[in-house]
Amino acid sequence: MSPLLAVKGLTVDYHGMHNAERAVDGVSFSIARGETLALVGESGSGKSTIAHALMRLIPRGAGSVSSGSIAFEGQDLLALPEAAMRAVRGGRIAMVFQDPMMALNPVHRVGRQIAESLLAHGKATPRTAIDRAIELLTLVGVPAPEKRARQYPHNLSGGMRQRVMIAIALAGDPALLIADEPTTALDVTVQAQVLAEIAAIKSRLGMAMLLITHDLAVVSETADRVIVMYAGRMVEEGNVEGVFSRPAHPYTRGLLEATDWEGAASDRMREIPGSVPNQGEMPPGCAFAPRCAIATERCRIERPSVERALHGGGVSCFAAGSPS
Amino acid sequence: MSGLSLFWQRYRRNRPAVGGLVVLGLVVLAAAFGPLAYGIDPFDMAGRPSTLPSARFPLGTDVSGRDILAGLLAGARVSLLIGIAASLTATLIGSAVGATAGYVGGWLDAILMRVTDFFLTIPSFVFAVLIVAIFRPSVAVITLAIAAVSWPSVARLARAEFVSQRHREYVSACRAMGMGHLEIMLRQILPNALPPVVVIGSLTVASAILAEAGLSFLGLGDPNIVSWGYMIGVARTVLRTAWWMSAIPGVTILVTVLAINLVGEGLNEALNPRMRPR
Repeated sequence: MSPLLAVKGLTVDYHGMHNAERAVDGVSFSIARGETLALVGESGSGKSTIAHALMRLIPRGAGSVSSGSIAFEGQDLLALPEAAMRAVRGGRIAMVFQDPMMALNPVHRVGRQIAESLLAHGKATPRTAIDRAIELLTLVGVPAPEKRARQYPHNLSGGMRQRVMIAIALAGDPALLIADEPTTALDVTVQAQVLAEIAAIKSRLGMAMLLITHDLAVVSETADRVIVMYAGRMVEEGNVEGVFSRPAHPYTRGLLEATDWEGAASDRMREIPGSVPNQGEMPPGCAFAPRCAIATERCRIERPSVERALHGGGVSCFAAGSPS
Repeated sequence: MSGLSLFWQRYRRNRPAVGGLVVLGLVVLAAAFGPLAYGIDPFDMAGRPSTLPSARFPLGTDVSGRDILAGLLAGARVSLLIGIAASLTATLIGSAVGATAGYVGGWLDAILMRVTDFFLTIPSFVFAVLIVAIFRPSVAVITLAIAAVSWPSVARLARAEFVSQRHREYVSACRAMGMGHLEIMLRQILPNALPPVVVIGSLTVASAILAEAGLSFLGLGDPNIVSWGYMIGVARTVLRTAWWMSAIPGVTILVTVLAINLVGEGLNEALNPRMRPR
């Protein structure tokens, strides 16, 4: 069976004042039905841009997909007419945003906002929409849903707001849910709850999920496979278990060592020296070479392609697998 | 608490605005029921010309013997009607132009805003005089003339609001939900952009009443109706001997416009999220 989503060689450029900035550089991946794929990287690594490119929501003036293809449920999303794309947005692919306070319309009651999403995709009639919205609120674990539906976003707590966002995303009955840092804006205490809620609903409804995060603990708890991004490029991908236990790329190793969590390979937190290169200062070879402890002369001039790694996934490093 | 009672709670804090609302309410009542209750045709020669206020004519008569109170009551209708209709028209045109320019951006924004700027460079009262002079003065022409010179400032404000709302994340969320642009503009952004537009709309009512008074003072009013500006215009020849004839409609205009401005100020404080205490 063909995968739900197949992205090949996706390249996105943002148009600067004088030069184009390459935000995403030749990224390929696929997601099977029901699978959770995590995109991990620092801010500016291009992971949110990938999400927006999938939804074709990159503002026309700001940037564009320069090359690559996005096949979703047998359709080429990049060639789809705008009207058909609108049916995909929210209908087949839905998105949960980072900050629910910003992503909910402050002047409308939350019940109405869920109802609007239902109506946009013909999942309810104007008469049944509010009842269906209350059902969705129940589904995402909002207590006293009838009361909550009549409230405004500012009346709700952060966790409740994010649950409302999830209800809005579920309204169109999507096959793929894109969650862009869904718990980053929440209190630490409710992060785990919301994450568990998303995972439970996902498996109950059989949705696939693209989880965008910088939090490796979230990845290890939620995702099946992981892609590690660095400066718009894919540096490593594979099963979460394999990548986390036998990271092949020095950047992935650095990330894992810089994270304080139970599964981390080392018990001492370490930081990666240096910072992500600015666009325009991008080295001709491997983007990570300037910060890499094991970089050779070859890494600085030649760009590594994605090769098979020891854990069965892919890695983009000349020194992959060799002990550091 | 419901939105309306919350609004009233905030509005009530501004005492002058409450006073303005009371005065405006009285003017509206006078306009609605005054002419009927008083029962004297403002165009009738009801008594001797230029009499002082008396029991029979509470505010006296003008140079042609017409009852000034009857004129005042009939004028309230005209002033409010033209003021509100012109303001509504200007707010509708201005919001449509500003919203389109702010939301779409790019070259359409540039064109629409240069047109708006062009209108703003023409002295608005002179422009209104010109429009009324070209067409035959009637309530409809005067209303449209005042609307034609009032919409550009609404457009600039609406554009600024739409530009600031356009890149909010809830707009992206609506796009990701599959909503179309028109739906986002009208049903999602507009309610957020509305408070300042409502405020400028209410203040436009005041300036429209002043503009109408100015036009009819110059003899460019609808000849079939009595308005406050027309009454001042008629009385100006006897200003030195019968000052009250101009002063009475003059003070009425002043009080009404002041009341509307106070209400607008109160709306601004009650609706403007930036002035809301957290």
